[in-house]
Amino acid sequence: MGVGIEVESLNAWFGATQALQDIGMRIAPNHATAIIGPSGCGKSTFVRCLNRMHETLPETRVTGKVRIGEMEVYGDGTPAVLVRRQVGMVFQKPNPFPAMSIYDNVAAGLKLNGFRDRRKLDEIVERSLRMAALWDEVKDALKKKSGASLSGGQQQRLCIARALAVEPNVLLMDEPASALDPISTGKIEDLIFQLKENYTIVIVTHNMQQAARVAEFTGFFLLGRLIEFAKTEKIFTNPSDKRTEDYITGRFG
Amino acid sequence: MRNKAGARSEQISWSRRFGDHLFTALAVAALLLVLLPLAAIFADLLERGIGSINWAFLTRTPAPVGVPGGGMANAILGSGVILGIATAIGVPLGIGSGVFLSEYGRNRFGDVIRFTADVLNGVPSIVIGIVAYSLVVLRQRHFSALAGGVALGIMMIPTITRATEEMLLLVPVSVREAALGLGISRWRTTVSVTLRTSAAGIITGIMLAFARVAGETAPLLFTAFGSQFWSTNINQPIAALPLQIFVYAISPYDEWHRQAWAGALVLIALIVGTIAVVRLIASRGMMKGTT
Repeated sequence: MGVGIEVESLNAWFGATQALQDIGMRIAPNHATAIIGPSGCGKSTFVRCLNRMHETLPETRVTGKVRIGEMEVYGDGTPAVLVRRQVGMVFQKPNPFPAMSIYDNVAAGLKLNGFRDRRKLDEIVERSLRMAALWDEVKDALKKKSGASLSGGQQQRLCIARALAVEPNVLLMDEPASALDPISTGKIEDLIFQLKENYTIVIVTHNMQQAARVAEFTGFFLLGRLIEFAKTEKIFTNPSDKRTEDYITGRFG
Repeated sequence: MRNKAGARSEQISWSRRFGDHLFTALAVAALLLVLLPLAAIFADLLERGIGSINWAFLTRTPAPVGVPGGGMANAILGSGVILGIATAIGVPLGIGSGVFLSEYGRNRFGDVIRFTADVLNGVPSIVIGIVAYSLVVLRQRHFSALAGGVALGIMMIPTITRATEEMLLLVPVSVREAALGLGISRWRTTVSVTLRTSAAGIITGIMLAFARVAGETAPLLFTAFGSQFWSTNINQPIAALPLQIFVYAISPYDEWHRQAWAGALVLIALIVGTIAVVRLIASRGMMKGTT
């Protein structure tokens, strides 16, 4: 089941440049929340702070609090790997492991963390691929074909299956459809609709129609600050902030 | 009907076609020029060496001076032993330091190691032989297969180190991030994802290093030393193909000259054979659709 996310006075830096300033946000469980804003506004940095991926880049720093369910993400005793096992991530560009079969791609998160039960693994791989709506297309070549041999849209669904296989509570999607054609994009959006019954989804998107289609809540970021956070409907029909209005009506960005 | 624009585009396409053919021809010429020496060496070796290769040559030890017959079986075996030791030393150290350079070496210290590896790569092989001599032979107080293996192993390290580093750096950040994002630890990501992704390239690097040292003679002169007898004891002097070829080639006997040619042919065949087998095994382990 999905869990809620609470963010309190979150700041993030790249070297001396501050990328996020004093972000506070409460993300509802089992809903999709969209993060929109112009390029360079800190959208990606924000979601990468939620699963502690930001700190994998050199010379980065984070302060503030993030709580996911009961877990203090930046708590003293919380290892980053534990956070990442509970918070799945799908990246902008599909990034399957090229030297692994389709099966091994999906099983990787479990296998490489020491999970050895083969029968259970078979089950989880099939279930994850079914959830990602990819099973029927790949079931005959699970162990024969490389993850890299699939089409771009299939690769992205493979990456979603891979993230689901470790059974996270939260799924972060960083522009998951921006590198895909409209048909593949449609499939990914359908998927988000189904997944949010069981997962809390945070999706970064450049595409405002996409935010309007899939998300109940939307946050608008500008220059590293959260300008407005409300129900998607309100953001797109009756924003409180002038800057939000300017952005969604296409006056900049 | 042909309009003006059409005619013009045809003109451009003619000159482009000419350029295209010209550069293709130049590239093919360069390729042939590179292949020519290799083909010439191989043809010459075949012509002079094949006549002396027979069952005895491949199964017997050398005959005493003046006695016809005999073979290089002990040298073939000895080369195998020495190269085995060299590979056991060079591959783990080379891959290990390559991983260090690519994953943790984006700093001054890494630059120093990189420079050191490049210098080591340029050190004359006979100097490496002296190093192994003082490290192993002086301590053991006699020549040995182990000393020869150490010398060749040291020579393999820099090639494998740099090849490993280059290949690991080709693995996109996005692939590493995918693994880290699944909650896989850093070292596990390096071993099971990054290294695995670049395995084909690293194997090529290892094969290059292997082929290079397999034909080395100088570093073996005062380490493995050579021997006329069967031996698999790594603490005793041992025969090696390049050494045997060297000794026979500078001898005054026609029979030995012929055997030296045959030995050279066998050496090349063994190197090519090893590379072919390793590639075959490696390609079996790779996934379809992987580049």
